[in-house]
Amino acid sequence: MKSTLKLALGLASATLASTAVSNVAHAEDLTLCWAAWDPANALVELSKDFTKETGIGMKFEFVPWTNYADRFLNELNSHGKLCDLIIGDSQWIGGAAENGHYVKLNDFFDKEKISMDDFVPATVVGYSEWPKNTPNYWALPAMGDVVGWTYRKDWFSRPELQKEFKEKYGWDLAPPTTFDQLKQIAEFFQKRQIDGKTVYGASIYTERGSEGITMGAMDVLYSYGFQYENPKKPYEMEGFVNSEKSVKGLEFYKALYDCCTPPGASNSYMGEGVDAFKSGQVAMHMNFAFTWPGLQKDENVGGDKIGYFVNPKGPDGDQFAQLGGQGISVVSYSDKQESALKYIKWFANKDVQGKWWSLGGYSCLNSVVKDPKFPSSQPYAQAFLDSMAIVKDFWAEPSYAPLLQASQKRFHDYVVAGQASPKDALDGLVKDWTQVFQDDGKM
Amino acid sequence: MLNRTADNVARATPEPLAKKIRGISDKGLAWLFISPTILLLLAINIFPLFWAIYLSFTNYRANRPNEVVKNLGLANYRRILGDQDIWIAMQTTAHFVFWTILLQTVIGFTLAWLIDRKFRGHAFWTTIILVPMMLSPAVVGNFWRFLYEPQIGLFAYAVSFLTGIPPTNVQMLSNVELAPWAIVIVDTWMWTPYVMLICLAGLRSIPEYIYEAAEVDRASNWRQFWSITLPMALPFIMLAVLFRGIENFKMFDMVNLLTGGGPGSTTEVASITLKRQAFESWRTGYSSAFAIILFVAVFGLANIYVKALNKVKQR
Repeated sequence: MKSTLKLALGLASATLASTAVSNVAHAEDLTLCWAAWDPANALVELSKDFTKETGIGMKFEFVPWTNYADRFLNELNSHGKLCDLIIGDSQWIGGAAENGHYVKLNDFFDKEKISMDDFVPATVVGYSEWPKNTPNYWALPAMGDVVGWTYRKDWFSRPELQKEFKEKYGWDLAPPTTFDQLKQIAEFFQKRQIDGKTVYGASIYTERGSEGITMGAMDVLYSYGFQYENPKKPYEMEGFVNSEKSVKGLEFYKALYDCCTPPGASNSYMGEGVDAFKSGQVAMHMNFAFTWPGLQKDENVGGDKIGYFVNPKGPDGDQFAQLGGQGISVVSYSDKQESALKYIKWFANKDVQGKWWSLGGYSCLNSVVKDPKFPSSQPYAQAFLDSMAIVKDFWAEPSYAPLLQASQKRFHDYVVAGQASPKDALDGLVKDWTQVFQDDGKM
Repeated sequence: MLNRTADNVARATPEPLAKKIRGISDKGLAWLFISPTILLLLAINIFPLFWAIYLSFTNYRANRPNEVVKNLGLANYRRILGDQDIWIAMQTTAHFVFWTILLQTVIGFTLAWLIDRKFRGHAFWTTIILVPMMLSPAVVGNFWRFLYEPQIGLFAYAVSFLTGIPPTNVQMLSNVELAPWAIVIVDTWMWTPYVMLICLAGLRSIPEYIYEAAEVDRASNWRQFWSITLPMALPFIMLAVLFRGIENFKMFDMVNLLTGGGPGSTTEVASITLKRQAFESWRTGYSSAFAIILFVAVFGLANIYVKALNKVKQR
């Protein structure tokens, strides 16, 4: 009886002790917040190495893109402790820095000898710096991303289609290098019967709720000559945002939407674009590069059937692409900042970055992307590299949300609903953005 | 048994506490019982209302808690009332409220009148008709989005079958002309049963002897409908209109799921604009002022309407 009692007590103590130990271990777990998408799954896989090396467990909070900004900006604004690390969108950097949501990383980078010169310059400016082009770092470039295009290589290479296209347009059916060419190809495929199915020209961004149509329209407008402000006088937008070239660019985007998108594609963003391409509905597909590894692996449209091309040139030969992607930051309200910084140090490591790319993430480290083997490492690697060299980004001001809402409304009203003219839309945008900056006391 | 228990409790109560309780008047006791509810109401209803009124006079932004809050006086209200987009959103709301109420009242009353005939299987059909009302708006919004889908949606194919228009041309949610009607159709489909239920209660409350008297006077069915059925069911119809009017004035979920306010701003009702200003643009002061304006508008209209309803009931 006595021995049974001892055994029971022993077991109870052992259980208590193990619970206490596991609680201590869990107390050290870090929570990383990001969007729910393919690269996030790659990061989960990658982070297992971090846990193995340091004993620090990783938990993840992934939110779908449509709610990503709402959810995590609310979390930051309410000084929540959910996220120790956050991979925040590039446009949040101004607000997050000025409102004290992110830990400034300059001292940490100096101490750990992490140099921003080791990263692709566009990603440092886009994801890490605030104010822009100053050495004030709030994030480590984590996931390079840019808007580019995929196309149905198998359709483009069909002799009968090539012949018909050449006869109609006078040039070879091939990935377009200008937007005019892109529209011609899209028109050529629109409502065409291929393998007994009706297909359409292109899938482009038209989403109204978050940032979709702005990302898509800007991707075209930049190459048409759109500028956010007078380069010599910050916040002066008249004649830049609504310049004649910008008007032409917006007109083109509407024409592309009207002529060559699948029926009902009036609220289409990343997910809808992928669905349209995967289901064999469209010949070309505008989307962020993060979608490419998944499409490449797709049984129906991947492999040899898919090709990639950089955002085409505008009428004057200008060529830019909308920057996507994010940097990883330490949340200033976290109680585990030390462990979170350990993660950043580990993530900046060259080998880890190499593995990140191989798992499907887009590394921003020069040593990875400038490796001679990089362009041939994946079929989309060259298009990604070329695209990252021509990026431009939306406002990253603390007031980015109202700025984005204004462009969402103006662009959707014109492009999808066909209300007013492109000039009216852009004049209205200047008015809205001026109001935002006046409210902020910047004008 | 109950008295004995009460006596035991009274005896067990310590003397100082018993003295205190004996000193409480009936009114005091009543206040004691309702005070938790009042406190809860003050905390979750009244305080936020007054806080929102205060914020509506400021430039406060919830995403910038460290910034100095400036008093703007009536500037937010002036800006809202002078903002063309706000007026367009109000017009869209009015259009939506008018058509949904009209259709739901006409169809709901007709269904109630038919169900009231008590034909064979009327209980079964009543249950079937009530099903849409029992569904979650999130579910309804999502599956109607698929039904409206021009390439695979049943609605597009049904329209195509009836009219000969190719289904891919039936773009209910993408077309500027059709999108507002797409929402009206879904809301009518979902909430007509609710109006029907209230109207049915009204029809069933009409005493049978009035119809018997009318039969004796040889009043035609048409005459009975206009002189008995409709006037006596009118307070119930008006009540249904009031409930649906208030609900639809603040409609958000269905519109958000079906169109998100698009295409463009075609279906952007006031509540969508309010949400965008409050939680996407983070103009907390501005959106508080807008919320107050909406509250005053609904409150004022509802009050006028209730007075009219009381007059009808007194007739």
